[in-house]
Amino acid sequence: MSVATKTARETVEIVRESGRDRDRNLASIAFLVGLWFSLFFGVMVLVVLILDTAISGSSRFDANLLTEYISRISPETSGFRAGILGTLWLMVATAVLAVPLGIAAAIWLEEFSDNTKWYNRILEVNLQNLAAVPSIVYGLLAVATMTLLGFQATGIVLGGAIALALLILPVIIITTREALRAVPQDIRQGSLALGATVWQTTWRQTLPSAIPGISTGTILGISRAIGEAAPLVVVGLAGSVRFDPTGITSVITALPQQIYSLTSQSQEEYQTAASAAIVVLLVMVLGLNALAIVIRNKFQRTW
Amino acid sequence: MSSTTTAAGRPERADLPPNLARKARPGESIVKVGLFMSGLVSVLITAGIFVALIRPVLDFFSEIPLSDFFATEGQFAVIPLVTATVMVTVIALLVAVPLGLGAAMYLSEYASQRARKVLKPTVELLAGVPSVVYGFFALTFVTPTLLQDILALRVGFTNALSAGLVLGVMVIPTIASLAEDALSAVPMSMRQGSLAMGANRMQTTLRVVFPAALSGIAAAIVLGMSRAIGETMIVALAAGAQKNLSLDPREGMQTMTGFIAQTAGGENPVGSTSYNMLFAVGMLLFLITLVVNIISIALVRRFRQAY
Repeated sequence: MSVATKTARETVEIVRESGRDRDRNLASIAFLVGLWFSLFFGVMVLVVLILDTAISGSSRFDANLLTEYISRISPETSGFRAGILGTLWLMVATAVLAVPLGIAAAIWLEEFSDNTKWYNRILEVNLQNLAAVPSIVYGLLAVATMTLLGFQATGIVLGGAIALALLILPVIIITTREALRAVPQDIRQGSLALGATVWQTTWRQTLPSAIPGISTGTILGISRAIGEAAPLVVVGLAGSVRFDPTGITSVITALPQQIYSLTSQSQEEYQTAASAAIVVLLVMVLGLNALAIVIRNKFQRTW
Repeated sequence: MSSTTTAAGRPERADLPPNLARKARPGESIVKVGLFMSGLVSVLITAGIFVALIRPVLDFFSEIPLSDFFATEGQFAVIPLVTATVMVTVIALLVAVPLGLGAAMYLSEYASQRARKVLKPTVELLAGVPSVVYGFFALTFVTPTLLQDILALRVGFTNALSAGLVLGVMVIPTIASLAEDALSAVPMSMRQGSLAMGANRMQTTLRVVFPAALSGIAAAIVLGMSRAIGETMIVALAAGAQKNLSLDPREGMQTMTGFIAQTAGGENPVGSTSYNMLFAVGMLLFLITLVVNIISIALVRRFRQAY
C-alpha cells in the first residue's frame, strides 16, 4: 500500500468520524429522541384508545350487538342494528350526492377553467375556505336546506346525507384536483395533437389515468363522513330509533350519533355497549382508510 | 388538388384545417356548462351558509340586544362560550404544536424515503379516528384514569383540560402533515450549504430549514387552530355542558360548538329565541373560523412565493 493511498484512507476515516461526531453530542441525541417521541406519541395514544375501548367493550362482542335495537328494558342486550344500517344508508346517499358533483367541479377547475378570470379565482379561494368550515355549521346549513325543500320531518336520511355531502365535497374536490394534476401534461398534449378536443382528452385520457388518486380521495372523504356525529346531531337524528331505514325519507339514527347519546347515559351497561359500538365504528372507518392506502400504493402510477 | 400553394409550399389561409376549438359542438358545450355549474355549487354553499344563518340571526337580534349577547352572564351571553373555546383551543395547541412540528421535522429531515412512506400514513391515521370516539376516550379514560388516578389532579367529571389534551392529539396530524410539506419544500441546497459549513443535522434543521419554512409552518398551525375551534364532539362530551366564565382548566366549561350540539339536540321549538341563538352562535363560529382560514391562506401564499 503506497503512502499516498494510506494517507488518503486515513483522511477519509477522520472526516467520516468527525462527521458522525457532529450528530453524536448530547443535544443532538436529545433532539432526535424528542422527535421520535413526538412521532410516536400519537400512535401510542391511538393504541391506548383502541385497547381501552376494546377491553371495556369486550363483554359485548356478541351477535346481539349487530342484530338488536337499543333497548331500555334490557340494556345488556342492546344492539346497534338501526345505527349500523343508518350509517350504511347515509354512506351511500352521501356518496351519490357528493362524488359526481365533486369530481365534476374538480374537472372544471383543473382542466377547463381559465385561472386569469376573476370568477375562477373566487372559486379557488372559496374552496379553501369551505374545507375548513366547522362540520357543525354544515349541519345548520342542512337544516335550512331541508326547510327550503319543504321537509317537515327531522332526522331523515336525506337531511343527514345533505349535511355530510356538504362536509366532504371540498375534500373530494381538493383530492381529485391533486390526482388530475399528477397526470403528466405529455398525455394531454399527445391526445390534443391527435385532434381530440379538451373534453375528449379529459374523458378518455386524463380521467382514467387519475382514477386511483380520485378513488383514494373519495374513500377518505366518505370515511370522514361516516364518523361524523356533530352535523347529524344538528340535523336532528335521534339516538333511539327502533326500526330499519326503508328509504331516503325514512327516520334513521347513525352509529356515531348512538355512541354520543349513549355516552351521556349514566348506566354502566350503556357505557359498555358504547365501547363495543366504538369498536364497530373504528373497524368501519379504519377499514376504509386501509382500503384507500392499499389502492394508493397498489394502483398509483408514477410517471 | 385545386389549392394554390405559395413558393415555399405553405398552403394559403383558406386551406388551413378548421380551428377545432371554434367548431360548434353542442354536446360538449352542455358538458362544459355542467362542469362549470358543479364548480359554482361550492360558491352557492358559502352563500347558502350566510343566507341560512342570517334570518334566524336577525330574528334573534330583533329580540335580544347585542349587549345581552356579548355579555359575560345571562341566558343569552356568548362571552363564556368564547372564553371556553379559547381555553380548550390553547390547551390543544400546546399539545399539538410541539408534537406536530416534531413529527414533521423527523419525517422531513431524518426519516429515509422508505420510513416516511410508512410513517406518514400512520400519523395521518390519527385524523381518521371519528371525533366522537376521541370524546368518549377523553370522558372515560383521560379524565378518570389519567388525570384523576395517575396524575392525581382534582378535576371535574367534565373539564377543559381533558378535552383540550385529546383535541390536541386530534390536531397533531393536521399540523404535522402541512408542516412536513413546508419543510420538504425548502431547497436541498440550503441544507447542503449548512452542512458544508460544519453544522450538524440538528443545527441545520433548527436554524436553517425551520426558519426558511416558517410561513408554511405558521399556516399549518393556524389551520390546526381552526380545526380545534370548530371541533364539536370532543368538547360536547368532555368539556362540559355548563357556561362557565373561568380560567381554571380543571373545571367544566361549555364551548361554542358544545353549546350548538347541546341546544340542537334539545327540545327547543323552531323559531323560539333559544333556538335562534343556535344560529347566532353558529354565525359567530363561522366568522371566527373564516378569519382564521383567510389568515392561513394568506400565509400559504407568501410561503409559495418564497422559492
